[in-house]
Amino acid sequence: MNEYSRDEMMTVAAARMLWDGCVCFVGIGLPSAACNLARLSHAPELVLIYESGTIGARPRVLPLSIGDGELAETAACVVPLPDIFSDYLQAGRVDVGFLGAAQIDRFGNLNSTVIGPYEMPRTRLPGAGGATEIAAHARQVFVVMKASTRSFVPRLDFQTSGGHFEGRSSSGARGGGPAAVVTDVGILKPQAGGELALAAAYPGITADEARAAVGWKLAVARKVETIAAPTAAELAALRALEASTAAAHREPVRLPT
Amino acid sequence: MTEFLPLSEAIARHVPDGASVALEGFTHLIPFAAGHELIRQGRRDLHLIRMTPDLIYDQLIGMGAARRLTFSWGGNPGVGSLHRLRDAVEKGWPRPLEIDEHSHAGMAAAYSAGAARLPFGLLRGYIGSDLPAHNPNIRNLRCPYTGEQLATVPALNPDVTILHAQRADRRGNVAIEGIIGAQREAGLAARLLIVTVEEIVDELPPAMNGVLLPHFVVGVISHCPGGAWPSYAHGRYARDNDFYLRWDDIARDRDRFGAWIRRHVQGTADHRAFIASLGRAAA
Repeated sequence: MNEYSRDEMMTVAAARMLWDGCVCFVGIGLPSAACNLARLSHAPELVLIYESGTIGARPRVLPLSIGDGELAETAACVVPLPDIFSDYLQAGRVDVGFLGAAQIDRFGNLNSTVIGPYEMPRTRLPGAGGATEIAAHARQVFVVMKASTRSFVPRLDFQTSGGHFEGRSSSGARGGGPAAVVTDVGILKPQAGGELALAAAYPGITADEARAAVGWKLAVARKVETIAAPTAAELAALRALEASTAAAHREPVRLPT
Repeated sequence: MTEFLPLSEAIARHVPDGASVALEGFTHLIPFAAGHELIRQGRRDLHLIRMTPDLIYDQLIGMGAARRLTFSWGGNPGVGSLHRLRDAVEKGWPRPLEIDEHSHAGMAAAYSAGAARLPFGLLRGYIGSDLPAHNPNIRNLRCPYTGEQLATVPALNPDVTILHAQRADRRGNVAIEGIIGAQREAGLAARLLIVTVEEIVDELPPAMNGVLLPHFVVGVISHCPGGAWPSYAHGRYARDNDFYLRWDDIARDRDRFGAWIRRHVQGTADHRAFIASLGRAAA
């Protein structure tokens, strides 16, 4: 039995959801790790689009920012950013969009803007970035967030990006909204009506633990799938990627004088 | 005719207090040297425009140089918060900051409209978002052909856009390689475009499909090697990811931030001296 962390379980679970050839709009952090793990294991033809304009990036180390030079150097092409959002995302050419947020509600609506009132926020968060239009137009959205009652809330302070909100089908959104929310206590999926329910469990984590980590009364799907623990090969690939990334980010930068 | 000026003179002549200014560059080629010069010259009341405010606007906002910010994602990429931006929005320190907030798709449309001198940008955007309820600039219209509701954003036409690029030639043509973000649109949208460059060459090879801003849209060029640090210039130097991590500590505290700016920006005469001062600070 391999020892692994909950972060690793999340990353591996997210990676397994991506299929070979899928066109994937990627953010930084855990989604980027999951996508690159998928590309380095079961989905070598996965097409990664980063919003900086790189299409088909095959980074050797994980980028710290979405605009690292590594992405441009390994991309099939580099296009202007407005093209990414108009000709690729709004035109409906993205299969999967990965999103995280500070808050999520039971319909998969997301807040990455403020905690507290918008005009006088207690905590000002970074804001929408690409998320609002990814949530609307990617054919499906995978949300990746650690579960806690602070972040899985009955009511958002601000709705930055739409999940399965009322009226979505007539809103002009081209995509289907969140298809899965990958957390550290299991995977939630929308049921009829759009409400999220626990649909897949990790080894050793009970439905009660998942319920306790969510700030609303979490429904449990009729059939809960069990996700296999990360394999030795998956863990080795993920750890190697993270180790080479850490080493690359420590490289000193030499400036022209 | 493109003017060739030292950066300090370009800023002194062309960027007055109160101007709307876009320092663009999406992670790559962020014109930090120009931002630092704005701080050195004590600019006030600026309307700052940038998709990702990044460390450069964190610094300008922390120094109280801005009255208004138009943006779409205000974090330290891969690290966390921009603490000076947060302090201004949450606590009004060192002065209150008006916010004109968009999504990336919205800002891209606004720059593209500005570049074409159209009055507004059009997108299938802001669907399922509370942003339009809080930003009166985000509106909608009904397509005259299909009847579909679409979002609109007013064109962005900054008084001055400042970009950083790898090379310019002596006629004022500018070549950019690598990730281009919305630099081309932001440059063409401006009333005046200033470009700082790593190198000035006699002649640039034909650009083919590379990005070239032709000399007749470039107002001013300043030679400024290393001018994008701690972001990067593809083919010249890499992004200083370690500094982006360290900025989190520097900017978290008002006094530490102030001391850093005084020592490295206000305490240096120009960008060359700024770079030299970092070597001493590394110890």
